[in-house]
This record gives sequence, structure tokens and C-alpha cells, in this order.
Amino acid sequence: MTAGRTLYDKLWDSHVVRDHGDGTALIYVDRHLLHETSTHQSFAALRQTGRTAWRRDTNLAVPDHAVPTVGRDLSVATVEAAAQVEALRVNARDFKIEHIDLADDGQGIVHVIGPEQGFTLPGTTLVCGDSHTSTHGAFGTLAFGIGASDCATVLATQCIVQSRARTLEVRLDGQLPAGVGAKDVALALIGRFGTGFAVGYAVEYRGEAIARMTMPARMTLCNMTIEAGARIGLVSPDDVTFAWLENCARAPKGASFAAAVQYWRTLPSDPDAVFDRTIAFDVSDLVPQVTWGTSPQDALPIDGRVPDPELAPSEGERLRWARALDYMGLEPGMALRDVAIDHVFIGSCTNGRLEDLRDAAGVVLGRRVADGVRAIVVPGSTAVRRAAEAEGLDRIFRDAGFEWREAGCSMCVAMNGDVLKPGERCAATTNRNFEGRQGQGGRTHLMSPAMAAAAAVTGHLTDVREFAR
Amino acid sequence: MKPLVRVTSPILPLMEDRIDTDIIFPARFLLLMQREGLRDCLFRDRRFTATGESIPGSVFDDTRRTGAQILLAGEDFGTGSSREQAVWALADYGIQCVIAVSFGEIFAANAVRNGMLALPLPRADIERIAAVESATVDIEAQEIICSGFTIPVRIPSATRQRLLSGLDEIDTILSNDREGIKAFEADQRRLQPWLYEDVT
Repeated sequence: MTAGRTLYDKLWDSHVVRDHGDGTALIYVDRHLLHETSTHQSFAALRQTGRTAWRRDTNLAVPDHAVPTVGRDLSVATVEAAAQVEALRVNARDFKIEHIDLADDGQGIVHVIGPEQGFTLPGTTLVCGDSHTSTHGAFGTLAFGIGASDCATVLATQCIVQSRARTLEVRLDGQLPAGVGAKDVALALIGRFGTGFAVGYAVEYRGEAIARMTMPARMTLCNMTIEAGARIGLVSPDDVTFAWLENCARAPKGASFAAAVQYWRTLPSDPDAVFDRTIAFDVSDLVPQVTWGTSPQDALPIDGRVPDPELAPSEGERLRWARALDYMGLEPGMALRDVAIDHVFIGSCTNGRLEDLRDAAGVVLGRRVADGVRAIVVPGSTAVRRAAEAEGLDRIFRDAGFEWREAGCSMCVAMNGDVLKPGERCAATTNRNFEGRQGQGGRTHLMSPAMAAAAAVTGHLTDVREFAR
Repeated sequence: MKPLVRVTSPILPLMEDRIDTDIIFPARFLLLMQREGLRDCLFRDRRFTATGESIPGSVFDDTRRTGAQILLAGEDFGTGSSREQAVWALADYGIQCVIAVSFGEIFAANAVRNGMLALPLPRADIERIAAVESATVDIEAQEIICSGFTIPVRIPSATRQRLLSGLDEIDTILSNDREGIKAFEADQRRLQPWLYEDVT
């Protein structure tokens, strides 16, 4: 008898067009999301060789990275950003693929609108010229980020050559305590096991904590998988997944939906499936996490202290910690709670969904942003923005002194004009605290939306559990 | 894509760990829409201050390194963002081989797509190479030749063929697999018809 198969095995096997017999295969791509920043050179390469798109209906283009968030009119964007947004529109038109306009209700971050509109479906392959494409794995979708050359190949052939990954089960046992969420789990995992622990693997998150998680929480976790080194983070689809998809605009309807669900129910990893490696992680006693350094693995519980490079586990880490502390302007031994901030950013493909804004608004309600702190909320999509406004979340944020912006990537990639100045410190719900990520010389502390909201209110890194109502 | 068979040049050693693609190519330059001529953006904030002056003592200004086509690094080189500009900027600077303890997976994939070798090697080997001023990386013979010693390396056969042939990926797929792709689509249309319904 053959052993059971994992979700990844099933996704891979059902998309092989040609097995090259050397660990690589030509894989069929069902869905391709395109944004303005990583595709212009792809289209240019296709133009040069006179190629067209193999299929039109599998591609969806939307501007997100460079778009202004202070308004929807490109006249408020920088000249370069406006040119890039306009180039995507022209490229989509010329290659006859669907383009969601900046001013359209469907606009938003690729990884927010795909799942929101049911463009992302279980059992499919999905690629995008963006490393956080791992987000879509929350639906049981084989989704991964690619470069611009591969975007061109996918446009022209509907295929991509990939190496088969090994499989890594991350089993999350126990129930999350109050005030602790998927972002804390992701940071704690990377903090404990390092940014390289999942390189070469397709990760599948399983266990009690996953079964209880909402789709947005699962997306946050899968999104951050790239920060653990893996391109792919998966969750086996279940009733939570199907309930999310049932009313999505681009998901199958009626009898088609029923047939799809029947197929999707065959996808979860078999009970006797064997993973190449398993990590078990108990979340029952987890404390809210924040990062202190310039790598996502520099994560610690909020009740911790800035570490001393002299106590680093290796010489390489000692040097890196020292450099990180210098860049971050922190002293060893300092309590993380005493770190004062200048900026708060709530948004991104990691934490820009409605549930994230609800979490943050719950902390902000009836409170004020601390003096001297600039706090902005950038919804992950225009639909999230509208839904939040319908619930009155925008009022809660505005009344507290937050700026309420239009949807986009904004200060997560800092190329649309929303940037930190050198030396400014930001509590951010984003995914990367790399040097310069939020602007040259800017200092980023990663955390959950609730934690970022708490920091906005106090003006320093704060344990959100103290805000329990 | 030009074939890559062997490279002889000075070494550019950046022995740090976790050099992510934001360090290699800062995000603000992603607004540029070309893929050529990006060398001035490469490692920008490691080479220049915010006001554009050279940062003294930078390895990039070391005259012994001039013309380097081989770059050495530590663990997790090219992690983070999928931006292919990281590879294009390295290529424009002249780099054809990156040798590191480990790589970000998307960076490594992008490198081979551009005819650049991203070769993982144990740290001890990289430190030996870093101690010399120049080396030859022979993709065909799978070895690195330095004055006084030679390090045999293993390059996965698919990667090696790609680099040696310099063939265009789209050409290769369309000439070998056009019918296979159509057959796959016909099968999939039967099994998952909802993937072929109009979703727009």
C-alpha cells in the first residue's frame, strides 16, 4: 500500500505538464496576479519577441505597490509612480487581460483582492511577481512568488518550471490566548527557528490552533511563511474556507460551487500522509511579539528586553545583532516596552484585512493617538475600506487621530511617497523590518494590528493585553 | 541569454549573512521601469550616504576588486522580496556568479533565468576563496580554481544545462510542450470545469 499524500503532493501532482525527471517539472499555472511594479519588464520582453498571452482569463492585473493612498487621482502621485500605474493599464490593454483600475471598487493589494473576490481557489496554482504570494496558500492553493522573467514565461506559456519542494508540517497545538493572534504565531515561529528554517520546503500549517483560525488569520500566517524562507505556506481547505468563498464574486456559483467543494474536500493531507519534517509548536502560552532588529527573526515577547550581542549564539550573529542595534538606535538590556515610537502603520497584505482593522479599532475605541505620533491606517483593499466604513471603524480611527487612507501597499514597501524619514521609528503591521524597508534610515518594529494600535495610543511599544476590556 | 561556461575575475567578498534584496536593490528604485543600467542602484545604501557621497572603506571602492564578476556572501543571500532588479543590478555591475552559504529561493530562480550562477557552498570553502584575490568558476567542469587549490562543486543538472546553453525558457517550453499544455488543459477542463468559467 502506498503512503497517503500531503496537500502539497496533491497540488503538485495535479499540475505537472511534464516531469523532467531531475526533481524539476513543468507546472501548469491556473491563476496569475499582476501588479505595476514587477511586470513592466515582463511585458517589454514579450513585446520584443512578439509574443501574446497564452490565455487571457487566468490573468488579473491591479495597481497596488506604487499607488497614492491620499487620494485616487494619479495627479497626487509622484511622476514615476503615476507612470508605472499607467503603464500597467496600457500593458493589460495591449495584451488583452483584465485590469482593475485604481479608482475601481475592486482595487487593492493583490494578496487581499485575490482571496476577497474568489480569484484564489483551493486546488489551483497561483503565481504573482511578489514574494508574499504565499498568502493564498491559506486556501489550499499552490501559490508562490516569482520574478519578472517568470511572469513573462507564465503569460506566454501558462507554465513554469519548478523544483519539487520537500514538505514541512508545522503543527500548532493548543488555543491562542486572548490578545494573541496569527501575527504573533508567525513572529514567534520565525523568532524561534530563524528566517532560514523552511528554505526548500512547502510548509503546511496544521493542528488545533489552525482549525480554529479564521481565513484572514490563516492568510496572515501563510503570508509570513516567506520570512521563514519558504515560498509556499499552506492550510488544508475546510468548511471555514468554503464558507469564505461561497459568496465571492469570481468563485464558482450554484451547481459549479457544489461540484468544486466536492473536489476541494479531496485535497486535505491524508491522515497517513508523511511529511519530510515536522515542527510542533504549542501556542497556549504565547505572548504578543515584537521585533527589535532588522530581520523578522529578531522577534521577542513584548515583556522581553533588547538582547546583548555579546550573548549571541555565534560570531556571525554577534556582528549582525550589533549592526542591527546600531541601525535601530537601541541599547542592549533596554525593556522593549520603553522603546518610544514616532509612527504607526496599520495595513499591508499581512494585516490589512477587515478583521485586522477591527482588532486595531477595538484597542483604539475611546482613546487618542499619543502626542507626537503620526498614525495611519491603509486598508488592504477598497472593499475592506468600504466595509470598515460601513461598520464605523473609520470614525473610531479618525476620532482617535489616525489618518484614514485609500487602499495600497503604502508604507510596507515605501515606494508611493508614504515613507519614514531617516531615524524615525515605526510600529508596523507589515512583514519586513529590513534596513531601509520603510524608507532610507527608517526603523521598523513588526507586530500585530492590536499591538500597533496599543503603541499608537501610548507612544511606545506596549503589551496590548493591558488594554483588555 | 548568453551562455555561461566559465568566469575568471577578481573576487568581491561580502561575507555578511542575510543580505536581503532590499539591501541589494532598495525599493525606491523599483519605480524605474527598465532592466538595464541599474548598477548605480546596486547596494546603494551600503555604498553611498543619503546625500550621495561614497561611504569610506567600502569594499566596492577597493581597487583590487575592480572588475569583479564573482561575489561571495554568507547565509540567506537574496532573501525577501522577489524583485528581479536585484539580479539585473548585479549583472549590470558585472557579477556573473554569486557564491553564498545559502540563498533566498526566488533570488536563486531569478539568477538562473538571467544566466547568472547562484551557487551554494559550505562556509569554510567560501572563506578559502575569500582569502584569494581572484578565481575561476568553471560551470562546465564544475570546479572553482584558485591559485594553490581547486574546489570541486556540484551544480544541479537542470541549472547547469540552462547556463551552458543560454536557451530562452519561453522558446524551450513552446517548442517542447505546446501540445502537452493543450492536453493538460483539456483534461483539467473535464475535471475542474469551474476553472474555465468566465470569472471576470
